[in-house]
Amino acid sequence: MANLLYIFFTMVLVQNYVLVKFLGICPFLGVSKKLDSAVGMSLAVIFVMVLATAVTWPLYALVLEPNGLGYLQTIVFIIVIAVLVQFIEIVLHKYMVSLYNSLGVYLPLITTNCCVLGVTILNFTNGYNYVESLFCAAGSGAGFMLAMVLFSGVRKRVDAGNPPECFKGLPITLVAAAITSLSFMGFGGIMSSIFGIAA
Amino acid sequence: MSIAFAIILVTIVGILGAVILVLAAKYMHVEEDPRVAEITACLPGANCGGCGYAGCADYAKAVVESGAPVNKCAVGGAACAAQIAAVMGVEAGASVKTWAVVACQGEEGVCKSKFEYQGMSSCAAAAQLFGGPSACAFGCIGLGDCVKACQFGAIEVVNGKARVNADKCVGCGACKAACPKKIIWMHSEPKKPVVMCANHELGAKVIKECTAGCIACRLCEKNCPEEAIKVVGNVARIDYAKCTGCGTCIEKCPKKVIKMPADIH
Repeated sequence: MANLLYIFFTMVLVQNYVLVKFLGICPFLGVSKKLDSAVGMSLAVIFVMVLATAVTWPLYALVLEPNGLGYLQTIVFIIVIAVLVQFIEIVLHKYMVSLYNSLGVYLPLITTNCCVLGVTILNFTNGYNYVESLFCAAGSGAGFMLAMVLFSGVRKRVDAGNPPECFKGLPITLVAAAITSLSFMGFGGIMSSIFGIAA
Repeated sequence: MSIAFAIILVTIVGILGAVILVLAAKYMHVEEDPRVAEITACLPGANCGGCGYAGCADYAKAVVESGAPVNKCAVGGAACAAQIAAVMGVEAGASVKTWAVVACQGEEGVCKSKFEYQGMSSCAAAAQLFGGPSACAFGCIGLGDCVKACQFGAIEVVNGKARVNADKCVGCGACKAACPKKIIWMHSEPKKPVVMCANHELGAKVIKECTAGCIACRLCEKNCPEEAIKVVGNVARIDYAKCTGCGTCIEKCPKKVIKMPADIH
């Protein structure tokens, strides 16, 4: 259990996908303008990450790996994730309209999001088993949410400020993102000390 | 051999995915109201947000699903409202013409200046510097942030003050959002007067700054037969629900701050 929690919190804080690994920057900058849309997007990401891992892990371990086709993981995973997201969207639109409306445009946006692909591939690089992979995916999603929520607060301040004309909009947002990312460097090593597991 | 196997495998995965999606789309299809697309086609597509919705498509959706009024589009005007009404099968109702009014008469020579501003040509920048070069803290700066914001060429700066061409103005409110002094108001009553000043300071101070500012003398308030005009925070405010457009306030105002829309320029 400690091992699973270690994986979860490592993904949230130390190996944060957005602020440490720099994956999924596009939605991070695009959807973090408002808190509620940031939360909506993050929930959709958590949802898709866990589901994508649940599907791709057996696919890799049972089909690709035994046949020596591990190098196909990127292309196969992209297809599987894209189909999965579209399928979920159709199902939600039909049976869970309220959830569909609250996820809104964010669900299709995730289709080709690199942090979802990153999670599914990283699970094998780290040699996680099925349960560990699911915890890793949930932690990555939660880390994405933490980054989005934190940054929507930062962004509110940045937008209220009055930077020079050439810094307005995206440039000053990127500078703010860099500083926020720098603060996450401070978490390095904290998890191995807490859980007593050598990193 | 392994290449062939790899190609076959990816093809199978792709075909499987396609089959799943086709079946899903077929059996779990949700009927969208075709009127949404029809109304979106009627709208001008400027996506200005003047109707209060996120864009033309969002407004079309609101009309169909939550019964939003069909005459909200200021850009398309009455013709557009009639088309939407035809799609929805309802009466169009009168489309209300709304246009922007710059609530300031502080042209050059009317309003004094505090200092000579030589910074970049933007009201927002000038307003950062002691509230701008104009002596009046609530006056038009005249560097044309509203002119830049207007997509319809309806605003120009004349004599150091922004002027709205009411005929060209579609009432989208982009200038209102761009004005750092917040002195652009939306007006929709062609026969009712407008208070052309936003200065909240006491009369004695206003007189020193500008010859055409509201000095909060309350003559309009005392003389209004309908009690529609009130001095709030040292500036006259008109309640258009009560105002009949009789024009008494216009006659009584010693500073000629209150004007009919037709007389503004």
